Amino acid sequence: MTDETLLSARNLNLHFGAVPALVNVNADLWPGEVLAIVGESGSGKTTLLNVLSGRMAPQSGTVWYRDSEGVQSDVHAMSAPSLRALHRSDWGFVHQNPRDNLRMGVSAGGNVGERLMAQGSRHYGSIREEAIRWLAQVEIDEARVDDLPRTFSGGMLQRLQIARTLVTHPRLVFMDEPTGGLDVSVQARLLDLIRTLVRRLGIAVVLVTHDLAVARLLAHRVMVMQRGVVVETGLTDQVLDDPQHPYTQLLVSSVLAA
Amino acid sequence: MIMLETENLSKTFLLHLQGGVRIDVLSGVDFHVSAGECVALTGPSGAGKTTLLRSLYGNYRAAGGAIRVRHEGRMVDIVTASPRLVVEVRDRTLGYVSQFLRVVPRVSALDIVADAARGLSPDEARVKAAELLRRLHIPTRLHGLPPATFSGGEQQRINLARGFIGSHPILLLDEPTASLDNANRDIVIEMIREARASGKAIIGIFHDTHVRDATADRVFHVSPLQDAA
Amino acid sequence: MNGYNFAYLDEQTKRMIRRAILKAVAIPGHQVPFGSREMPLPYGWGTGGIQVTASVLGANDTLKVIDQGADDTTNAVSIRRFFARTAGVATTTHTAEATVIQTRHRIPEHPLREDQILVYQVPQPEPLFKLEPSRAEARRMHGLAEYGLMHVKLYEDITRYGHVSISYDYPVMVGGRYLMSPSPIPAFDNPKMHMMPALQLFGAGREKRIYAIPPYTRVESLDFEDHPFRATRAPHACGLCGAEDSYLDEVVTDDKGGRLFVCSDTDHCETRRADGHTGTELAA
Repeated sequence: MTDETLLSARNLNLHFGAVPALVNVNADLWPGEVLAIVGESGSGKTTLLNVLSGRMAPQSGTVWYRDSEGVQSDVHAMSAPSLRALHRSDWGFVHQNPRDNLRMGVSAGGNVGERLMAQGSRHYGSIREEAIRWLAQVEIDEARVDDLPRTFSGGMLQRLQIARTLVTHPRLVFMDEPTGGLDVSVQARLLDLIRTLVRRLGIAVVLVTHDLAVARLLAHRVMVMQRGVVVETGLTDQVLDDPQHPYTQLLVSSVLAA
Repeated sequence: MIMLETENLSKTFLLHLQGGVRIDVLSGVDFHVSAGECVALTGPSGAGKTTLLRSLYGNYRAAGGAIRVRHEGRMVDIVTASPRLVVEVRDRTLGYVSQFLRVVPRVSALDIVADAARGLSPDEARVKAAELLRRLHIPTRLHGLPPATFSGGEQQRINLARGFIGSHPILLLDEPTASLDNANRDIVIEMIREARASGKAIIGIFHDTHVRDATADRVFHVSPLQDAA
Repeated sequence: MNGYNFAYLDEQTKRMIRRAILKAVAIPGHQVPFGSREMPLPYGWGTGGIQVTASVLGANDTLKVIDQGADDTTNAVSIRRFFARTAGVATTTHTAEATVIQTRHRIPEHPLREDQILVYQVPQPEPLFKLEPSRAEARRMHGLAEYGLMHVKLYEDITRYGHVSISYDYPVMVGGRYLMSPSPIPAFDNPKMHMMPALQLFGAGREKRIYAIPPYTRVESLDFEDHPFRATRAPHACGLCGAEDSYLDEVVTDDKGGRLFVCSDTDHCETRRADGHTGTELAA
């Protein structure tokens, strides 16, 4: 692990039976950087995200995380309480389906405030104010703070999930197809929001997407995966405009222009 | 002072999807540009002018040779630099005005331009962006709109504003006046001259010989490697 | 003793329950599973409390049994008689005279002493029961002390009603570590648990869990800094003894809307009346 990287992975291997999900995968992420992992189904991109975030263990290889004090830890050797604490504070995880990460029976404000309460916040007034502030940041009307997410549209739910994730100012956020399943106009708004927030807050992001346009818009660097192997990695515009690997060339040429 | 130089630069495209067809575009390119200088790339269509420009920016990956850019006092080889370093160089040193505006949904013309400013507060950036847009005849009433529905010429002018608002010491311009009428073309010529006079190093592809003659100190000829069919 | 072992349960069972109690006392507020036995009354009628009482009772103990504060309800009477028959122990209705007090849903008003044991009947030992449907996840939360979810529930109450709406079984933090359900005692009674000199034991028969609060342990009701916990009671005096600081039952007296508020703790009320206190109902 070099002196500056926030997250580093070396020699990750994981097979599901005979199916290769990760084959000698290396990855690095620097503070404030957005790294996109692109590939089609079966590429291993979601598996890589899960292994990097400690949610799934590799069969071999290591993932290191450097915290704000510069202390380096092996993500998969951490105790369960430490990893859970990390996920609640310095890290965030935005799921493709926002319902996986929201309490549908709890108000929007309660959803956003939960991480604060989990960290020991005990002042109702300030928790609520902070929640309202974050709802504004993700363009949800303040008047909805007491509403149940059941009444929200898909795009609003996703934005609520993002507010809930960012409220503790994480340094690193994992995103799994954050715009998947949303209408195109809704996607545009969400992408713009993610782009703005990530840049303004200097958050490092590992973003899994099958949509090259999303990678181009949000990511500094991109990793292209095919059947568990990283076939190409580099500057986003370079990989997408001057693809070297045959599979990357295939992916890029397959994208339909509107 | 040399701001950018290439040494034995070559660029090849290997099209795996077309049966592995190999297209050599650039070979042995030795080229340089100094501060306060504007160099025009010339050559027939398809010769590799845009390829060269994109390679200088790191948008295309060079096959061989070196591309050295003076970045904050030291020479950085774009060909071997880490992606992170290239991002940094592009952020502070090397600017690119492409022919086509890549439109970001929902972001207004003003913000697209203001975004590219460096060393200014967000408000200052927006003021300067508005000035540049007005200078390029984009009226104020359009500033707040996302440019997806603007004409090609309007989009080109937004691109230009974006390129000129930053304080990049080196500017790469790809057909900066391609979709512009004469009035706007002349404004761009003025802007390029001002940039040159303020010490920027400029490399441009100018389809319009009038523009080229009005802005370039010298030309660099790019010859096609492959025979025309 | 009519052919029963002392206090009904066999010695091996009592030993098993005592081991569970020891574990519970060693980890205040933590739920310890135990092998709940078939008792001569169905689940939901106090089998957990009865098994705990049976395991700690000795021949020289004096037992009091209350049900919602009253010694004279059917269940309190039955359970008291059960132990009188199977253990032959002395029984009483006076809190101050008892050494073991089994209670359903109230803590006696009279302060308890170091030589007393309070045994609570618990229907649902898991404080996160209604918030987290997965039992496994709830156990993980206890293990990792991740109780944000409970605070979210309190937050939601304040959002919806302007105050926490929990009036009984109000969740507490024991020893600053474990979130605990105090059983369905009124929130009013919660402060009595804090630093209580007596040992507090909790038995849930159907759910097969025992937990405990050792004497002089910190027990704090969950709240927010700007919405602190308040022990609320009906703003009346007891109609019989005039007490203004005891928990009251509301009794409907006629079909014209007549109401009478009386102390829920019958022993407390009787003792006050014996000391000469009267309420408006008696004075009238």
